[in-house]
Amino acid sequence: MPEPAPCSVQGRPAAPGLAQGPLVLLEETVAVSGPAAGPDEEAERLTRAIGAAVEDLTALMAGLDAESAGIVEFQIAMLEDEALSAPALAGIAEGQGAARAWQAVLDDQIADYTGADDEYFRARASDLTDLRDRVLRNLGGRGATAAAVAGAILTGTDVTPTRFLEMDWSDGGGVALRKGSPTSHVAMLARARGVPMVVGIGDIDLSAHREALLDGERGALILSPDAEERRRFAEQQAAFDAERRSTEPFRDKPGLTRDGQRIAVLINVADPVELEGLDPALCDGIGLVRTELLFHSDDGLPDEERQYATYRRILEWAGERPVTIRTLDAGGDKPIAGLTAEGESNPFLGLRGLRLSLARPEVFRVQLRALARAACHGRLKVMLPMVTRPEELDAARRLYQEAVEELRAEGADCAAAPLGIMVEVPAVAITPERFAGADFFSIGSNDLTQYVTAAGRDIAAVAELGDTSNPAVLKLIRSCVEGAGALGIEVSLCGDAGGEPALIPELLACGLRSLSVVPAALGRAKAAIAEVDLAGRADDVSEARHGQA
Amino acid sequence: MTHAVGLHARPSVKLTKLAKTFGCTVELAISSEGPWIDAKSIVKVMGTKAPKDTVLFFRASGDDEDAALTALVALVERDFDEGSEEAANA
Repeated sequence: MPEPAPCSVQGRPAAPGLAQGPLVLLEETVAVSGPAAGPDEEAERLTRAIGAAVEDLTALMAGLDAESAGIVEFQIAMLEDEALSAPALAGIAEGQGAARAWQAVLDDQIADYTGADDEYFRARASDLTDLRDRVLRNLGGRGATAAAVAGAILTGTDVTPTRFLEMDWSDGGGVALRKGSPTSHVAMLARARGVPMVVGIGDIDLSAHREALLDGERGALILSPDAEERRRFAEQQAAFDAERRSTEPFRDKPGLTRDGQRIAVLINVADPVELEGLDPALCDGIGLVRTELLFHSDDGLPDEERQYATYRRILEWAGERPVTIRTLDAGGDKPIAGLTAEGESNPFLGLRGLRLSLARPEVFRVQLRALARAACHGRLKVMLPMVTRPEELDAARRLYQEAVEELRAEGADCAAAPLGIMVEVPAVAITPERFAGADFFSIGSNDLTQYVTAAGRDIAAVAELGDTSNPAVLKLIRSCVEGAGALGIEVSLCGDAGGEPALIPELLACGLRSLSVVPAALGRAKAAIAEVDLAGRADDVSEARHGQA
Repeated sequence: MTHAVGLHARPSVKLTKLAKTFGCTVELAISSEGPWIDAKSIVKVMGTKAPKDTVLFFRASGDDEDAALTALVALVERDFDEGSEEAANA
């Protein structure tokens, strides 16, 4: 096959960094999410895939000793049982794709065995996982590529957070997606782990290309690069590495401006996995724990025990440092099946964040109970997203107090942590004095920017307008910091802007003294802080009390 | 049922295979009040997760119902033709 001509594809930057490596196509996992053909054909595909799996297992059984063969025989008997295929076929008749229908039935079975009291029966979950994946592979769904892609540039339609976490990123590599969004959970994970990522490369034919260069800074993917492109890219990579090396030494030090003012630098966490291998001493605490990922499990909404265990693990990692956990911020671009409203014409202006939690108190209550119990294990602060009116804060506080009283009545260990709000709706940022009931403010610059500039975060065509350095956004941030100062409430910022070297001088000039950034941006942010001289700036809001705690 | 770990993989295979040799419907329960499940479906038989010392109830309906019940009860009484120490590994 002749070497294909080099070509460059423009997407949107989702996570910074540069990567060079072999191009690996993730199986287009849409096969698992939607029907590829009509119900009859999908049913036929499933029946064939199960039949092929039975044949493979029968062939495998031939060379085995009696005991191993017995296990395989059991798997074959399960596969041939209509109790598995019939509900999957019923799902197909209702319009599901073969892969999704099969996966749904097997996932139910797996969950059933995982929850068994008896260890022997719990262990059978792995047999069912095996069967599920064997048939899915035959359906052309997700295959065995996950293991063998270290250092590669992965491409595909989209990728799930769990799939991303399964990959080994220690040898570099990157992600280029046909669809995807820079605000997706996967993009957050990629930024946190320093894995370059580009989204929205579109429906181009990648099959002829074997190697690629990925530029997560500019959002470009260069396919089958020639020698000249490789040379240029190597130079860029060297410059990027040099910048990383020059900011690296700042990572281990506290955030200090040139004139010696202490700036608290905390981290944003979307998944507790991000904390593995990270030294808590590098940061002043966790300024934002997103809890949405917990709610995206296959097993439905997380129960109190699971939430409690996760929160506790994060608090224990942080030790003496403060940890701000945000209550569920579903809705907007983060739908959760069975929880968020469907078919909203403008989800970012819809039932999201605290609005949804107050509309679904039975779900909110579980989270508040788990948080109240976790509060015993560290310096927890609880943050409410998308607050618009003071009454919402009051309602949430009542529910939180009820949860605490209930737990006390049950004799459970619990504590009432400080309850603060995200400042991201302009109505709050313009009149912060109305929110004196909050224990702290945290400015969510991503949403504040999109609401002030009326530029949707998920719409590429207006991305340029959604700019936090817009003077109107900065004016609101300043007003919010001043308002918090007047109320004696601590204030910090936890949006992406906090990790942008170009924006940090502006944010500090607004009076902010506490920023929360993704772990990968710790060095970069502290290096940018070290360049700022606040003593020379007359416009500083030095009287505001600042959120160091 | 005295089998070492209960109604697990290999005994379930044997039980469902035997049940399928009869034309009548054969059902199984772990309580005399049910719920009754199809003894020819290994997915459902395994799904009872019956541990050791569970009393199994069978009922059958059809031409060969008596023969089916006799054979199934005999299989359980023979401990599924397995030595229990060997069975623990299946």
